[in-house]
Amino acid sequence: MNSKEITAQISKAADILNLKKWDYGASFSNDYSVQVDKGEAKQLKASQKQILTLRVWNESNLVGITTTSDISKSGIKKALNQANIASDFGNKNERTEFSPLAKDPIEVKDAKKRNPVGIKKLLTILREAEVKLLESHESIKSVPYNGLSESFYERVYANSDGAFRSYTKSQAALYLYARAEEKNKKPRSSGSVKLGYGVEDIDIESCIKDASNKTISHLNYSSIKTDKYLICFSPESFLTIINAFSSMFNARSILDGVSLSNKNSIGEKLSTEALNIYDDGLHEKNISSSPFDGEGTPTKRLCLINKGRIENFIHSESTARIFKTIPTGHAGLGSKVSVSPDWIVVEKSEENSNLKISLDHSTYEGEFVYVEELNAIHAGVRASQGSFSLPFDGWLYKNGKKISIESATVAGDIKYLLKNIVNIESSQEVTTSGISPHIWVDELSITGGA
Amino acid sequence: MLSSPIKSNEIIFGSCNKDLLEEIIFYGMGLGADFVEIFIENTDNSSVLAEEDFITSVSPSFGRGAGIRIFKETKDGFVSTNDLTKQGLMRSVSQAIEMLDITDNKKGEVFNGLNKHRDYSLSKKKWINEVPSINEISEKLLVSTKSLKKNNKIITRKGSYSRNLQEVIIASSDGTYVSDIRLHQTVGLNLIASDAQYRSSGSRRFGSSGMPNEFKLWDHEKAANDVFESSMNMLYADYVEAGQMPVVLANKFGGVIFHEACGHLLETTQIERGTTPFENKLNEKIAHESVTAIDEGISEGSFGSLSVDDEGMEPEKSVLIKNGILKKFISDRAGELRTGHKRTGSGRRQNYSFAAASRMRNTYIAKGEHSKEDLINSINDGLYCKSMGGGSVGATGQFNFAVEEGYLIKNGKLTSPVKGATLIGEAKEVMPKISMCGNDLELAPGFCGSISGSVNVTVGQPHIKVDSITVGGR
Repeated sequence: MNSKEITAQISKAADILNLKKWDYGASFSNDYSVQVDKGEAKQLKASQKQILTLRVWNESNLVGITTTSDISKSGIKKALNQANIASDFGNKNERTEFSPLAKDPIEVKDAKKRNPVGIKKLLTILREAEVKLLESHESIKSVPYNGLSESFYERVYANSDGAFRSYTKSQAALYLYARAEEKNKKPRSSGSVKLGYGVEDIDIESCIKDASNKTISHLNYSSIKTDKYLICFSPESFLTIINAFSSMFNARSILDGVSLSNKNSIGEKLSTEALNIYDDGLHEKNISSSPFDGEGTPTKRLCLINKGRIENFIHSESTARIFKTIPTGHAGLGSKVSVSPDWIVVEKSEENSNLKISLDHSTYEGEFVYVEELNAIHAGVRASQGSFSLPFDGWLYKNGKKISIESATVAGDIKYLLKNIVNIESSQEVTTSGISPHIWVDELSITGGA
Repeated sequence: MLSSPIKSNEIIFGSCNKDLLEEIIFYGMGLGADFVEIFIENTDNSSVLAEEDFITSVSPSFGRGAGIRIFKETKDGFVSTNDLTKQGLMRSVSQAIEMLDITDNKKGEVFNGLNKHRDYSLSKKKWINEVPSINEISEKLLVSTKSLKKNNKIITRKGSYSRNLQEVIIASSDGTYVSDIRLHQTVGLNLIASDAQYRSSGSRRFGSSGMPNEFKLWDHEKAANDVFESSMNMLYADYVEAGQMPVVLANKFGGVIFHEACGHLLETTQIERGTTPFENKLNEKIAHESVTAIDEGISEGSFGSLSVDDEGMEPEKSVLIKNGILKKFISDRAGELRTGHKRTGSGRRQNYSFAAASRMRNTYIAKGEHSKEDLINSINDGLYCKSMGGGSVGATGQFNFAVEEGYLIKNGKLTSPVKGATLIGEAKEVMPKISMCGNDLELAPGFCGSISGSVNVTVGQPHIKVDSITVGGR
């Protein structure tokens, strides 16, 4: 069944069950991926997936939900039945409705949908990339984690009120993670990921070069002394931190009591006035952009921090109603609707006169730690408490020299970190999770082995 | 007991699908495959969330799908689909054959038809009627969540339950023909406490496999008391001072460190990638002689137990390390093919959309002879990690783990609670430093995410002492 037929089928089956109000989200995808090992194909994968999430409202206007991969007539009927049963347990204290924006026009970017290149072509490209990466430096002995994939998918939202949205998309990803070994030294690993609408859009050479340079740059390493340091966060690592603590801007998290913010935090000063943060799911550089969220609300650019102060929270339909505002296009589709950011954009505001502009990662000659990449986020972040203690890859810059740091963690508190930003560099960089300049923070704790 | 064979053009659960499965396997072998494996599943899941004194979410889900894997020499092609018709499955076989670029149909291996059906599901078909209903789950979960004490510092109280019922059929060209039903139930309690700038949280999780009535019997009051006590103890805790120090890791979930830091490095997938330092260390000393470590899938009711793995092999009890000597790796079919290590009944996957890989099941350090007090008394200045959070292991074997509830050890006694601690190290360096093992082995359920998705596992250990490890803090 295609999406129109699914909508018709749900409508028909809902009528039989006397369910007047329903909505659904569905996705259909075809994915292809390859992995190689020393020039040989290792695993080749293809999948066809379909998933349907159906919500119904019963006579008491309580919501029930069911998710299924069985999108046959009988599967849809069963899903409606199960959702109807689940609606008896619907949350009476926080009711869910259709998004009031579910029929608003959506901004669909130029469809950059590519055609599949096929498994054989994927394999050829990845084999060549592996060879080039292995040949790029004598110390690179293997590329243990690698993959090239392409995905083609359609997402749909529809409801019994006549809303219907769908879009189709393609996306490709290349990752290369190299392992370098030298005699009497520990093995060192690093890698690179590149995304594109299709394989032809991926800058393969740059992925190879990045993976090689990053791996080699960590070959000469040393332990770092446990102490407090001036830190320069790479764009990628700063975005990792902001995403990990995005519950500060998340209305769902606030209502659930797991956010550092509260209902009255709009206007609260979180950081230096020089910091602006936006969520911009439709940004032209966001390969994974979606024109609407799980509830059908259009995606839009939203200012989260304006000149250091909280400007907006991200919302679903129900949290927006509770906060007496409108949904922001950040909802999932569930029995309890989740809320999450799309694509974070960090920039320097106009109020930046207090920044120490001499702190530039490419020219600064004083001592500092450069945090290239943060690891183990799920283990080291306590979002509800504001604390983090995270292993990282990076370098210590000292006396004009740069040396890779062996096995260390950076620890702190997110509010302390934001308030102690001492410089926001001018130049922004695009990463796979958003856009940010390099961010400098004073006096963060590093634990090392020295 | 299977019902009569039905000639069908579609996989039908509860019926004999032998003819159809054989036809598909013959088709793949005829096209030149060395090996064909079909994994088919039908799932029926439910999850329930209680917040404060209310049920706030009930989410049922169901689905079905197939994963088809073709081997040609050491390469494999894997295709997953929701289409369980004969045409759909054959299309998937063709796609896998095409991906592997098998152009000659010269027969290397011979398929002699499927063996006698091994049906592990016979005694389990009644489970679907024995598991608690949504009503029963909701009632128990509300009682459990309400048993988390309230005071003016407790800002959130949550309880969550999930139940996964998975019916599987596994057939392959070596004759394997297996059916099974798996039931996993897990329930957890979470609490967040807050007072001015101070915040803490606590959580406990319980899980079982099989045993449909287990949730009804769960001692929620004990779990609730543990969570409350832990949160209140940690609320005003200072940040730990970073450095190298001896630590004592508590039993049960403390075993997550062995799981992450060492267990993963003993999976054959790591040998295939060349990312384990233990690759050539079989029968060599890799740990302190006090350490014996086991991975098995047979403890009744444990979260990582299986009647049969996802490749149709019964799980075995594997002694991985005996008195510090490396004895075995955890292996699946691809692992055996590519590394030579015999399969251990450890081929596991999250669902039909993942190819099976060598994965841990119930993994634990065996008990030793010391009491918990012996371990703590032996330390002048160190850290007691009573409750561990999550952790991860990097591509070169370095690991890190958050300590959820920690206490300083001073002169052989537990003193003040500390927060923000992270344990950092490398398995190769830490394993020889586990110098004392307690006599109080206990297991704890968990989920492990890796190459073949998220699978149910058990971690475990007695209290253990690590002579020196890097503790990250402030």
